[in-house]
Amino acid sequence: MNIEISNGRVICPKNGVDRDNASVYIAHGRIVGLGEAPKGFVATQKVDASGCVVSPGLIDLGARLNSIEAELAAAVAGGVTSVVVPPDADPPLDEPELADRRVHRGEEIGKARVLPLGALTLGLKGERLAELAGLKKAGCVAFSQASRPVVDTEALLRAMEYAATFGFAVWLQPQDHWLSRSGIAHEGEVASRLGLAGIPVAAETIAVGSIIQLVRDTGCRVHLTRISSAAGMSLIQRAAKEGLPISCDVGIHHLLLTENDIGYFNPHARFVPPLRAQGDRQALSDVAAAGGAAICSDHTPVGADDKLLPFGEAKPGATGLEVLLPLTLKWAEAAGVSLPAALARITSAPAEILGVDGGSLAVGAPADICVFDPQASWQLAPEALRSRGKNSPWMGYMMTGKVMHTLVDGRIVYST
Amino acid sequence: MHNPQLNNKGELTHLLSTEGLPAAILTQILDTAASFMEVSSRDVKKVPLLRGKSVFNLFFENSTRTRTTFEIAAKRLSADVINLDITRSSTAKGETLLDTIDNLCAMDANLFVVRHASSGAPYLIAEHLHKIGRDDIHVVNAGDGRHAHPTQGLLDMYTIRHYKKDFTQLRVAIVGDILHSRVARSDIHALTTLGVPEVRAIGPETLLPKYLDKLGVHVYHDMAEGLRDCDVVIMLRLQNERMNGALLPSAGEYFRHYGLTPHMLAMAKPDAIVMHPGPMNRGVEIHSAVADGPQAVILPQVTFGIAVRMAVMSIVAGN
Amino acid sequence: MTLLPDSLPDAEAQCLQLAEAIRPSLSKNPALVGIFSGGVWIAERLRALLGLSDDIGMIDVSFYRDDFAEKGLHPQCRPTTIPFDVQDRHIILVDDVLYTGRTTRAAINELFDYGRPASVQLAVLADRGGRELPIDKSFPAWDVTLAEGANLVLERNPQGLLAWRLENA
Repeated sequence: MNIEISNGRVICPKNGVDRDNASVYIAHGRIVGLGEAPKGFVATQKVDASGCVVSPGLIDLGARLNSIEAELAAAVAGGVTSVVVPPDADPPLDEPELADRRVHRGEEIGKARVLPLGALTLGLKGERLAELAGLKKAGCVAFSQASRPVVDTEALLRAMEYAATFGFAVWLQPQDHWLSRSGIAHEGEVASRLGLAGIPVAAETIAVGSIIQLVRDTGCRVHLTRISSAAGMSLIQRAAKEGLPISCDVGIHHLLLTENDIGYFNPHARFVPPLRAQGDRQALSDVAAAGGAAICSDHTPVGADDKLLPFGEAKPGATGLEVLLPLTLKWAEAAGVSLPAALARITSAPAEILGVDGGSLAVGAPADICVFDPQASWQLAPEALRSRGKNSPWMGYMMTGKVMHTLVDGRIVYST
Repeated sequence: MHNPQLNNKGELTHLLSTEGLPAAILTQILDTAASFMEVSSRDVKKVPLLRGKSVFNLFFENSTRTRTTFEIAAKRLSADVINLDITRSSTAKGETLLDTIDNLCAMDANLFVVRHASSGAPYLIAEHLHKIGRDDIHVVNAGDGRHAHPTQGLLDMYTIRHYKKDFTQLRVAIVGDILHSRVARSDIHALTTLGVPEVRAIGPETLLPKYLDKLGVHVYHDMAEGLRDCDVVIMLRLQNERMNGALLPSAGEYFRHYGLTPHMLAMAKPDAIVMHPGPMNRGVEIHSAVADGPQAVILPQVTFGIAVRMAVMSIVAGN
Repeated sequence: MTLLPDSLPDAEAQCLQLAEAIRPSLSKNPALVGIFSGGVWIAERLRALLGLSDDIGMIDVSFYRDDFAEKGLHPQCRPTTIPFDVQDRHIILVDDVLYTGRTTRAAINELFDYGRPASVQLAVLADRGGRELPIDKSFPAWDVTLAEGANLVLERNPQGLLAWRLENA
């Protein structure tokens, strides 16, 4: 299949490309030309991208795929071509055979690429190591505890030493177990007023501090997920400056919302880590704008029965795959970030963190592409979502930024 | 954001919290309660206002005291009262909170009195009733988690007004475990709305929420200092069941520093009144001599509570 | 003939007339109970004019009205005070304007929750007709017809004198 995508604004943040009315040429699943057609290229299919942006397919560093078919369909509807899946499904991904099956199933479905994270410890219990090398061989891209803390610092040290031996990366969500176990909201003004058990910022900074020290001692490459506080982000920035192999990401909801969005106990504003104060949100936004953090959706589908409960009983998380793009554009506009810089946060920056050859539109790269209309508005309604997760604090709001086509491996896997 | 307690005419349709209610509505409730005090002093303590209406007491958290006062109040309004004690086991059978509400709506309920262990539960119910088009059913919050106990807050205001008349001249101190107290939060919002110039919170750091100053409260860790020249002292119960570790070393040490003894009470004005939402832990937060002494108005609080609850139910049920 | 604003009678003079109409009944030792607020002012006048020793009763009918479902609780209710024993007493209910009869019905119901009176009579200054219940005044009053939508209101000026005002004439 030879595809020509023409008349669009072609943006490749990694290579600094931003060209109006340019074409992208695809053959054998790869990009074979940018701007000029390669010699002898004959398109068997043409896609008209007038008024649209042609960008690398989005890479989402965190999405839970509870019912894999629906969620992978949701991914490509959201322009996401690669999905990093945390290991905390049921059962946790701690066996190579399980990883093999997950990757295989993803390939069968043939929509977005599934990049599973393997469990760092058996059952994610934080005690005994899982078979990291076996999991890597079966397709795991890195190792993680999802959002579960490793309480036993010695176990964490050994796990990081082991991973470092093989050069594997460890992804950790920095949250001190003791300081966060009974809290349900950020320990701030809103929680004080509403009588919600609080999770202090110290829960994040203590964990970040410990992990940074362990990176210094082991040399293990660590990616810190879903940072929520200014103080936590500041520690990470300093460690990165020190030259330590540390990266981080921020959930898109934490760039746009704060504790105030809890309002009258809105269960759709319950997240792990919690939405914090305006100052924290601003710091996260500044670091992301400066290129110091990638952005992901932290896609977490939750059924109505588990969400329509009193705040402290509701399952945390929101649907994210289909709103990652419009919400990132919304953030970019408010933060004064250019479109290419914003797209970098969800394409080239995640690719760099993963160490994969994606997130770009270079000639020779796999043809994972997202064509979207940055001006088109659509209403977020349950019927508009392919994901089983209809849980969102934005339900009923208008979204700006609509995916028109998504390609994976040079095949059109989604058209609006 | 629309105030879920008020209908589109600005009238009270649910009582969920004292926070966010204009002073005019708080005052209306207190004035109406005064009329109901008169009713409670007659031989025939009933008025026909809620005749034919059904009041459902939904207590997801046990409390015989509060439930009884709501029951008395509803019966004095001639309402039919149905008590539902929803224990953990029936929710474990899989019925969600909102499923329970839907079932009760189908049984012609007019008013739900709700007590729940999770902050925010009554809001979820009020929101749901609005979504299903049942704005004719009203919710009165009888206590949700640590968040609010608005009828207690109101009866505390009634008590203060009864003995002290003018809110704008008072110093009021709230002593104890404010972190876990829905009574304290409801009192604080009502006091500031009604114009009390100085609201003080007294307790150890571990029992006070952060950011209390943002609610307009002055924080004291020294009880003698905090009680100086106060007109009203509200003592909170030290709640064993709400604390899960490491907040206090012992009830004994607490009493030595934060217990209301006659000596401590002497720091306040000589005509200061002592209040307590009950039940009291004698010797833990309050000395018996004070609890039984002339400045304590703890029993009148209970009587006022019935009139205040009658006022709240009749106001919301008519809107 | 409908009432015009410039031909309103003197309410104080009407009180004098009403007092004289009630005077023959004094042998029954009646107690006066005024219905808030106009009825209470008139009852105070009557008590002074008739030289009664008992304090007047003051009744607020908010909790006994029949329109709770439509209108909700009246925003300003005052406590009812009956400073004497209702049991076996002859009561004269006092109100300013008798109209549909519903206020009187509510007041009678409320009174009966205090005890069983020997008898209840109704004294009003004005009767505008339009009865919806079988209720009647017990003493002569000013019979008046109002235009559609008009309202007759009794007011007390800062000097304490009672006067009529016509609304929406």
